[in-house]
Amino acid sequence: MNILVCVKQVPDTTQVKIDPVTNTLIREGVPAIVNTYDAFALEAAARLKDKDPDTKIVVMSMGPANAVNALKDCLAIAADRAYLISGREFGGSDTLATSYILSNAVKKIEETEGKFDAIFCGKQAIDGDTAQVGPELAEHLGLPQVTCALEITEADDAHLEVLKEGTDANMLISIGLPCLLTFTKPSFEPRFPSLKRKMMAMRAQIPTIAFSDLPGIDAGKIGLNGSPTRVKRSFVPERKKNGMIISGGTAAENAAKLSELLSDAKVI
Amino acid sequence: MPVPYYDFDFMLTDEQKGLRDLVKDFAQSKVYPRCRECEKDAIIPEDLVKEAMDMGLNLVTLPEEYGGLGLDNFTCAVIREQLAKGDAGFASRIFGFGFTPVKLAGTDWQKQIVADSFLNGGIMAFALTESCAGSNAVAMATTAKRDGDDYIINGSKNFITNGDSADFYTVFAVTDKEMGHKGITAFIVPKDTPGFSVGKHEDKMGIRCVHTNSLFFDEMRLSAKYRLGDEGNGFKLAMAILNDSRPATGSSAIGIAQQALDLAIEYSKERVVADKPICRNQAIAFMLADMEIQVQAARQMVWGVCKSADAGIVNRKLVAAAKCFAGDTAMKVTTDAVQIFGGNGYTRDYPVEKLMRDAKIYQIFEGTNQIQRVTVSGMLLK
Repeated sequence: MNILVCVKQVPDTTQVKIDPVTNTLIREGVPAIVNTYDAFALEAAARLKDKDPDTKIVVMSMGPANAVNALKDCLAIAADRAYLISGREFGGSDTLATSYILSNAVKKIEETEGKFDAIFCGKQAIDGDTAQVGPELAEHLGLPQVTCALEITEADDAHLEVLKEGTDANMLISIGLPCLLTFTKPSFEPRFPSLKRKMMAMRAQIPTIAFSDLPGIDAGKIGLNGSPTRVKRSFVPERKKNGMIISGGTAAENAAKLSELLSDAKVI
Repeated sequence: MPVPYYDFDFMLTDEQKGLRDLVKDFAQSKVYPRCRECEKDAIIPEDLVKEAMDMGLNLVTLPEEYGGLGLDNFTCAVIREQLAKGDAGFASRIFGFGFTPVKLAGTDWQKQIVADSFLNGGIMAFALTESCAGSNAVAMATTAKRDGDDYIINGSKNFITNGDSADFYTVFAVTDKEMGHKGITAFIVPKDTPGFSVGKHEDKMGIRCVHTNSLFFDEMRLSAKYRLGDEGNGFKLAMAILNDSRPATGSSAIGIAQQALDLAIEYSKERVVADKPICRNQAIAFMLADMEIQVQAARQMVWGVCKSADAGIVNRKLVAAAKCFAGDTAMKVTTDAVQIFGGNGYTRDYPVEKLMRDAKIYQIFEGTNQIQRVTVSGMLLK
C-alpha cells in the first residue's frame, strides 16, 4: 500500500504562552513539534507497515524551510520519503487555499511516488484547531473520506476498515481505496523512533516543492489574496475569577466549610 | 529556563543533540514516572525494556558492521546520562556492559553470536566479583579446568548486574592458580549453558530496576571456542573492560545528580516558607550553586575521558578520577537535594530519596571509589 501522510509543524502548545499585550503567541524559545494529531496519523500508517513491510509511507508538509525538522521526525519514526512544500507565494493561505495547494502537491508527488492508495491527515492542527484542511483536501481530490478515525482495524488491497470516533458511539466503517482519513487520539501512544532511524533521518536530504514546480496551479486561489477567510483579530478570552481553596482544617472541617459557603451563596 | 546540560551544546553535533533529545524525551516521559513505581518492588518494567530495545538503545556500542550504531564513547555518555536521568537502574538494564568485552578480545564468531543477541534485544553481563574477591579480584575461586576441547567451570559469582536478564555473561575464572593474576582466563557464557544457574536477585538499596544476582557454575562444560582471548589474559582484559566502561558509569552518576538538581531547583522555587520561596534564602541558593558547579565539573571530567578514549588514549588515572568524582558528586548532590526538600524529601512521596539511594552504588561498583583513589595515587607516585 502506498500511503501519504500530511503533517504540519506547530509550536508545542503545552509550552506556549500568549503575550498579554499583543495577544499573539510568544513563539520565541518554544520548540516546534509535529502536530499531535498528525503523529497519530503517522502511527496508523506505521502500524500498517508493521503488518505489511511492503507498505510505503510518504510524508509531506507545507511550511517554512525549518519545517524539514518535522519531516525528519516523521522519517525517524516510519516514513520512507518526505517532501516539503514551501514558497513565499503560499504564505497567508487560509484552509481552503492551503488544501488547494496541497491537492496540487499530491498530484506532483504522485508523479514520482506513484498513485497513493490512502492519504492520512491529523483531525486538526493544535495551533489552528480548524479541522478543515483534511476534509477540504479530500474534496479537491474527489476522494471519499472518514474523519476522526481512531485506528485501522483491517486493510486489504481495495478497502480499509476504520474505527471512527463518534459523539455517543464509535463506528466501524469500511471505505474503498483510494480514500482520505483524518485521525484523532487513539488508545495507544505513538512510538518513539529508533536511534538508527533518527540518525538516518537527520542526515536525509528533503526535496522542496516550490510554486514553480506546480505549473497547473491557479495563482488566484493561493496565498492571502486567494483566501476567502481572514482573521480579523485574535485575543485571549477573559479569564474566569479565581476559585477559592479551602484548606487548613481536617477533611471533614473543610467539607463543612465548603457546604456552608455554598449554602450562603444559595448554590445548595 | 536555560537547561544546564545544554550549556555545552557547542561541543555536540546536530546528530548528537538529536539523539540526546530523543532519549531525554523517552526517559522523562516514560522511564522516570514508570520506574519510580517499579523500583519500590524491584520490578523491571519489561514492556518498557522492550520499547527501549526496539529503539535500539542497547546497540549504541555495537559496531556498524554488526548492525549496531557504532557510536563513540562521547556520544554514548551523552545518551546514557539522559537515560540514567530517567532511571539509573533502568539504564544499566538496557546498556548492560555493552559490546566491549567481545570488541576487545572476541573472535569473529564470538562477535557475531553476541551481536545477533543484541539485535534481538539482548545484553551482556560482566561477572568478575566473588564473595571473597571484590576489590581484590585476583583472589577469585572460580576455576576453569581444560578437558579436551572444553573447559569445566566450577564456582560462583556475586553481585552481578543483570544477572537474571543477560543473554551472555563475561565470566572470569582461574585456569592456573600458581600464576596469580596471570592465571585468570575470560569466557563468554550463554545463559542456557547446562550447569549454569542464576540465584535470586539481591534486595538492593538503589538501582532497583535492574537486578543483581549470584551466578553458579556447577561442572559447567563450555567449548573452548567460548574462551575470550588467550588463557591467562583474563585479568588484563577485565581491567581493560573496566577502563572502557568507567566513563559510562560516570555518565549514569551525572544523570542521577542532574535529575536531583533539576528537582531541587523546581522545589525550592515552589516551596514557600515565611512568605517567600525557600530559594530566596542564600543558604539554599548557594547549595544549588554548589550542586551545579559539581555536576558541571563531573560532566566535563567524564566527557574529557570519553573524548580521550575516542582519540585512542586511555588515561587510567583520569578514567579513575572521573568515575570517582562523578560517583561522589552524585552522592553529594542527591544528599543536598534531600536536604532542600526537607522532611518531604525524606519520604517516598517525593522523588529525591530514591535518587540518593540510587547514587550510593556509584561509589561502590565497578571499582569502589577507594580503589579509584588507589589507582590515581598509584599513578601519581609511580
